[in-house]
Amino acid sequence: MTKQKKWLLSCIAIAAFLAIVYVLEATIPKSSQWSMLFTVLEKGSIYALVAVSMNLVNGFTGLFSLGQAGFMLIGAYSYAIFTIPVAQRAAVYQYFDGGLIQFTLPVFVSILIAGIVAAVFAFLIGLPVLRLKSDYLAIATLGFAEIIRAIFQWNTLGPITNGSNLLRKFATYQSALFPIIACGICIAIICLLINSSYGRAFKAIREDEIAAEAMGINLFKHKQMSFVISSFFAGIGGALLAMFQTTIQASAFKAAMTYEFLLIVVIGGMGSVTGSIIASYLFIACREWWLRFLDSEAYIGDFKVPLLRAGFRNVVFAIIIMVIVLFYRQGIMGTREFSWEGLLRWFRNLPKNIKNLPNMFKRKRKKEAQINE
Amino acid sequence: MDFLRDNLPYILAGISVGGQYALIAIGYTMVYGILRLINFAHGDMFMIAGLMGVYAVTWMPLYAAIPFVIVFTVILGFAIERVAYKPLRSAPRMSVMISAIGVSYLLQNAALYITGGLTKTYPNIPWISETIKVFGATTKMVTVVTPILTIVLLVILSLLIKYTKMGMAMRAVSRDFETSTLMGIKIDSVISITFIIGSFLAAIGSVLYFTNYTGVMPTAGAMPGLKAFVAAVFGGIGSIPGAVIGAFIIGLCENIIKGLGWTTFSDAFTFALLIIILIVKPTGLFGEKNIDKV
Repeated sequence: MTKQKKWLLSCIAIAAFLAIVYVLEATIPKSSQWSMLFTVLEKGSIYALVAVSMNLVNGFTGLFSLGQAGFMLIGAYSYAIFTIPVAQRAAVYQYFDGGLIQFTLPVFVSILIAGIVAAVFAFLIGLPVLRLKSDYLAIATLGFAEIIRAIFQWNTLGPITNGSNLLRKFATYQSALFPIIACGICIAIICLLINSSYGRAFKAIREDEIAAEAMGINLFKHKQMSFVISSFFAGIGGALLAMFQTTIQASAFKAAMTYEFLLIVVIGGMGSVTGSIIASYLFIACREWWLRFLDSEAYIGDFKVPLLRAGFRNVVFAIIIMVIVLFYRQGIMGTREFSWEGLLRWFRNLPKNIKNLPNMFKRKRKKEAQINE
Repeated sequence: MDFLRDNLPYILAGISVGGQYALIAIGYTMVYGILRLINFAHGDMFMIAGLMGVYAVTWMPLYAAIPFVIVFTVILGFAIERVAYKPLRSAPRMSVMISAIGVSYLLQNAALYITGGLTKTYPNIPWISETIKVFGATTKMVTVVTPILTIVLLVILSLLIKYTKMGMAMRAVSRDFETSTLMGIKIDSVISITFIIGSFLAAIGSVLYFTNYTGVMPTAGAMPGLKAFVAAVFGGIGSIPGAVIGAFIIGLCENIIKGLGWTTFSDAFTFALLIIILIVKPTGLFGEKNIDKV
């Protein structure tokens, strides 16, 4: 397949996807259970953006950073603070005399500011933290995320952040196309970065820091760059999440949120953008939609199915994740990326693979044994 | 002296919480010393022990419930190691840590399912939840018991590690994993024992901690867990006395900050302390220097 042909195919596929979403949104009423589809598409896109940004640091640069929730928090708050209409501020900041900031900025400018503020924080945090190694880095970034959360809940900053109260009534989007397109553009930019010479430097650092340094890569500069860019997009992801939720509160951005993104990245495959995107949609679809039935009691004839009760969904879900982490360490995509040839090959091999399904476990064992030798 | 008198309740609470953090921190530091793994699930083990305490007293008399909780936690800790960490022994360190995060996610969701999201109240344990007066400050018996018990357990543990064969094996494994395997040390049993000791202490810690703070919820273990880990890093990860001293310092600082009216920042302070120690002296107070080899 020529390069031009692939471009054309990709453009057609994206246009068709957007058109389908547009048509579905116009036809499916809000009350039907299929409206869940849009929740999945919107939240899935936002999660995909944050997961890809996390993958940039964790999967491509090999830095184990757990600060994503903190940067999302910064992004979400920066966005919300600048877009609450002036007339509504008195109601939102009811305990702080209407707040300090008495102007609003356009949505696009606010989203950009959300990213930039997160990036500035990341730059400052990165100065000391990025000199640490693997698990120390993980725990230090986790610590910074918690500190950020505490600062945003601090009452003295109330006139700006509304203390530990909700922020609401800020501008949101109308169509599901908005988050999909916004996240699509951001992810495309990250992909361009990964395929540039900077991206190759990141991968070199991941493979071997000492060898990379010997090749003339400035370790600290590139780590800092990867960290700041990742946080920029996490900030934008936070702003979009705020729009999706319509209200935000600092207490929701806990370490548990970062863990969710980390698990998405692992399920998709560390070092695969496609994997992170697929895993995000699957993650949200399973959690919000497909596994819903596990939460409500069910009867088969007179027999009451045991265990089904509120919260069971999350237990099953957690077990599935554990199985993936333990037995499919490569995740869905490993380090591979989407390509049209790969897709064609996958379809061509499908009948053979289905036939081989029972042998899959056996072969995997053998392969692993070989690697270990 | 005025400062001491005004803040006595906070200082007492600090010492007590410090002891409870210490019991959790020992589990972190021992596992890290041997496997080089931050066992993110340890805090949730502590929460499960607390939850089990709530349920156990409704099933059996109190004198049987506490041993039951301890045995249950030990078995759980052993099982988690065998199921979630052992298959990944040759995998990169990041995979094992992700597996630990997965276990933590599973335990929290399981607890959420069992409790139905309600905060359970920890039962009153006679004697240690009695109210007493220390230097004019009213507090619970547990405040006095905790530091003493912690020190006693620390001494016993140190003796075990210094004088028994298993303790010697542990020290050898934490010094050099591969060489100790070559010397015929059974790595798997050493690691299992480490997890058993860690879970045992976490279970005792949970009884003491939840007698003080009686609300048990699925996320109750996350914060104490992280703080205990910070304590372990502060004291020099891998060093048991270091972890205990670090835990006492963190418990004290946190409660004094609360006493000064900065409650919002008591958690943040712990992490600020962590970051400062990581930058200034990454090996902690008592840690050994680790040199990276090419």
